Amino acid sequence: MTRLNVNPTRMELKKLKARLQTATRGHKLLKDKSDEMIRRFTALIKENKRLREELEAELSDCLGSFATACAYSTKEEIDKIFSMPVANVEADFKVKDVMNVEVPSIEVRETASDATYPYAFAEMTSEADYSVEKIGRLVGKLLKLAEIEKTVAMLAVEIERNKRRVNALEYIMIPQIEETVKYIKSKLDENERAATTRLMKVKDILNA
Amino acid sequence: MTGNIAIIGNGESALAFKAGGVDAFFADDEKQARELLKKLAKSYKVIFVTEDLAEKMDDLITRMLEQPYPAIVPLPSDKGGNGYAVGKMKSYAEMALGADVLFGNERK
Repeated sequence: MTRLNVNPTRMELKKLKARLQTATRGHKLLKDKSDEMIRRFTALIKENKRLREELEAELSDCLGSFATACAYSTKEEIDKIFSMPVANVEADFKVKDVMNVEVPSIEVRETASDATYPYAFAEMTSEADYSVEKIGRLVGKLLKLAEIEKTVAMLAVEIERNKRRVNALEYIMIPQIEETVKYIKSKLDENERAATTRLMKVKDILNA
Repeated sequence: MTGNIAIIGNGESALAFKAGGVDAFFADDEKQARELLKKLAKSYKVIFVTEDLAEKMDDLITRMLEQPYPAIVPLPSDKGGNGYAVGKMKSYAEMALGADVLFGNERK
């Protein structure tokens, strides 16, 4: 490990010792932060996996019945039905703070489905009703998925960044400072011994 | 329209979402989808993208990770998924934990 390029003086020694202390404390704090983030991340990614599997199944089911509805009707009819939103999802989009990472927090207020379809029942097959109803319910859940997925992604990036910081402190900064402190100490000791020896020599000369 | 949730999809899969109160935008190829995503990212909070398109715009989606919004969610299209979203989760797990501990046994 290379040592820092400083003058071996008491001043520098004092400064470096203070820096070492800060670095050690920072390292400990960052390590704790990393542990906590990983704990949260693990919980979230499990939740994400579960939710995604559930919703993908629901979605493919929904798109399946949509496809069936499409098959029964003409293009114009389909366009007419599906261009009017039946369910209106209202949600609050906020920002939440998780370990100093700003992540989205989506609160689905109400999936306002008044169950009045914008078409006459005689016009459409029942498959269309089902898929319209399903998709209305699905959107709310998909928003939840969006929140969790984004949080997971952002945490992953932050954890990696934090890991770099911890490693930089642990393997570069702290050893460097330690080595420099050692070097300055030995240099100062050396100087002290040199001074003592010089004094002894002078005394010998004077006594002779 | 609510103006908070959008979907970018090819063809029918986006149409179905329209009934759920989601603003649907259609993109047939990668270029269109890219431009749409860039435009929509400024005004929408949550953008769903079908997996086949999302896979091609991976770099763009990665770049949007720095901000809490928009949240971009890949969804399987009517033709079924291609495993993009699961792959993405896998890479996040690897990134954060150093090893993939959750999705390991699902490798095809």
